[in-house]
Amino acid sequence: MISIDNLSKQYGSTTVVDRVSLDIERNSITVIVGTSGSGKSTLLRMINRLVEPSSGRVLIDGNDTAGEPAHLLRRRIGYAIQGNGLFPHRTVAENIATVPRLLGWDDTRLRARVLQLLTVFQLDPAEFAGKFPHQLSGGQQQRVGVARALAAEPAVLLMDEPFGALDPIIRAKAQDDLLDIQRRFATTIVLVTHDMDEAFRLGSRVAVMSRGRVLQYDRPAVLITRPADPFVSQMTGLADRAMRLLSLTTAGEAVIPGAAGGPVIAASASLRDALSELVWRGAESVAVVDADGAPLGRLTVAAILAHGRPG
Amino acid sequence: MTTTVARLHRIDPLGALVSAVGAASLLWLPFVVFKLNRILPGDAHSLMQVLPASAALACQVSLILIALVALGIADARVRLAAALVGVIVVAAAVASAANLLTPAGNRVVRVAPGSGFWVLLVALGLMATDAITRLRPRPRPAVRVLMLALFAAVAGAALAHGTFDNLSVMREYAVNAGRFAHEARQHVWLALGSLAAAIVVALPLGILCHRVPRLRGSVLGGLNVIQTIPAIALYGILMAPLGALAAAVPLAARLGIRGIGAAPAVLALFLYSLLPVVANTVAGLKRVSPAAVEAARGMGMTRWQILTGVELLLALPTILTGIRIVLVQNIGLVTVAALIGGGGLGVFVFQGIGQTAIDLVLLGAIPTVALAFSAAVLLDALIDTMNRTRQ
Repeated sequence: MISIDNLSKQYGSTTVVDRVSLDIERNSITVIVGTSGSGKSTLLRMINRLVEPSSGRVLIDGNDTAGEPAHLLRRRIGYAIQGNGLFPHRTVAENIATVPRLLGWDDTRLRARVLQLLTVFQLDPAEFAGKFPHQLSGGQQQRVGVARALAAEPAVLLMDEPFGALDPIIRAKAQDDLLDIQRRFATTIVLVTHDMDEAFRLGSRVAVMSRGRVLQYDRPAVLITRPADPFVSQMTGLADRAMRLLSLTTAGEAVIPGAAGGPVIAASASLRDALSELVWRGAESVAVVDADGAPLGRLTVAAILAHGRPG
Repeated sequence: MTTTVARLHRIDPLGALVSAVGAASLLWLPFVVFKLNRILPGDAHSLMQVLPASAALACQVSLILIALVALGIADARVRLAAALVGVIVVAAAVASAANLLTPAGNRVVRVAPGSGFWVLLVALGLMATDAITRLRPRPRPAVRVLMLALFAAVAGAALAHGTFDNLSVMREYAVNAGRFAHEARQHVWLALGSLAAAIVVALPLGILCHRVPRLRGSVLGGLNVIQTIPAIALYGILMAPLGALAAAVPLAARLGIRGIGAAPAVLALFLYSLLPVVANTVAGLKRVSPAAVEAARGMGMTRWQILTGVELLLALPTILTGIRIVLVQNIGLVTVAALIGGGGLGVFVFQGIGQTAIDLVLLGAIPTVALAFSAAVLLDALIDTMNRTRQ
């Protein structure tokens, strides 16, 4: 889908991004994680050419992005940033309509799209369409920011620390919503964050960056079990790596046959949650049920712990 | 003891000042001055001396009631209404005083408002503006414009009806009616024309200063220097080069550019107008949220679309504040342009000074103040309207 090929950016003698190559899968969330100054935002901004690369190429569906005017390229790529960047002088509906208007959509199509997005993002159109950004809460502003980025049905959505300004509870909700949105619109999302928990929660693949280089690019479980670099294990955290690993697998994926009495847990819950439930209840096994409450099987302490170590 | 202190605390300090000043002016200052002609010094008359006993009493009772409101009532709406009623009472009193003192058919005697009238008017005006700033919630912009229109309509109707025709200022107006219309138009033209020219230059200059920070210091510094030159000196400075230009280039002379007249006046006002507009354009653009600009770029807006559709629109209230400063300042400064033959209402001011005819000075000064005041109210309302929807 997106091929980043030997991409570099220098400002004077400082190299901010150093020969990075990444292949980003279609219809997934890829997270670029790193400390501040690692070059992760610059890398992201080179994809839609907010920053022009010093060398290297970015291909989207095989086409070199350098081949078309930057502003036209950006209209095809969604872009959401920290602090949402909503236009304070435009209403919620006008904000969302920004890119479709630039693309010259007709009014009927545009209005239908704005209505659809407001509904998807749980913002009642009758109440919110005519409001100005300053009349919204932080979480609502953030949702409008993402809705605006998705308005013109882009195949690719770039997000630069999109949840950085939210408090922890609203952030968790926003992360869940993003997973739903990704499935719903089948968008290819590239997200930049400095928060490893966020990276593990959202990313199907995670790239760890430091000093302009990508140190490792793989599935979250691999980053924990087989870190390629001391910096990667430092980022993923040595002390609670077992718990992190457990949080990456769901009860449904690890379920074993058999019946259990006592505590019950949903198939969508993580093994970390299942273990916590067992510790809390002092039980040896927990029943796993699907979304309708039908039993799928059970999980034992031993079965859970087996998923918490490299294997 | 404690109750007295509590009561004293409740007395409005500004109300006390306004009431004391008003009472003193009624008691000791002349309300109107009667002159046998426009230049001779006149005889002072108090309100009690000119008006019939019943009218004088009614007038005094209303003023005392207004003073009581000023002293003891906190409600800003009541205070404003009382002050406006006071203005009407005082205006009616001075008009009837003029009618009573003027012998029928005599066009030579002059009845001028005395210092007591002016002090009273200032006191009431102070009370009114204080009440307006105390209004909570602040009156909506549309309401403020409506109030101004209402006030202008009442004043206009009274003038058209001839209520004040026997007052000295209106006598001067009757003599100069034709010239007054011409000079008033010239006044507005000079103020607005120089402002328009300044906007055309200052807006791009402000944008440039915002984009190129290195330019900012020298441009704003240079414009600051211009601002410190007194108006008369600047007219003088411009006289020589413009005169030389007119002499050297016949086309310039044919276009009306000369060392004196409207050309140096417009040019000087234009130069004065640059700093507030440039400075506020820079300040307004600086205030635009960087995240909004970044998002606009990321969504594929062109530089021009970002400038016109995001940055300038967001900076507009601040830019308009600069334009408001310039407009009010220009309306005042145009008066001085009369000295170099630029025309405008200042013509009456300087002619009046020359003839020691204070009534003629007022004929130029009062409309100038009214124009500046109206411009300020209108632009403030416009700026507030914008700030209400976007914050």
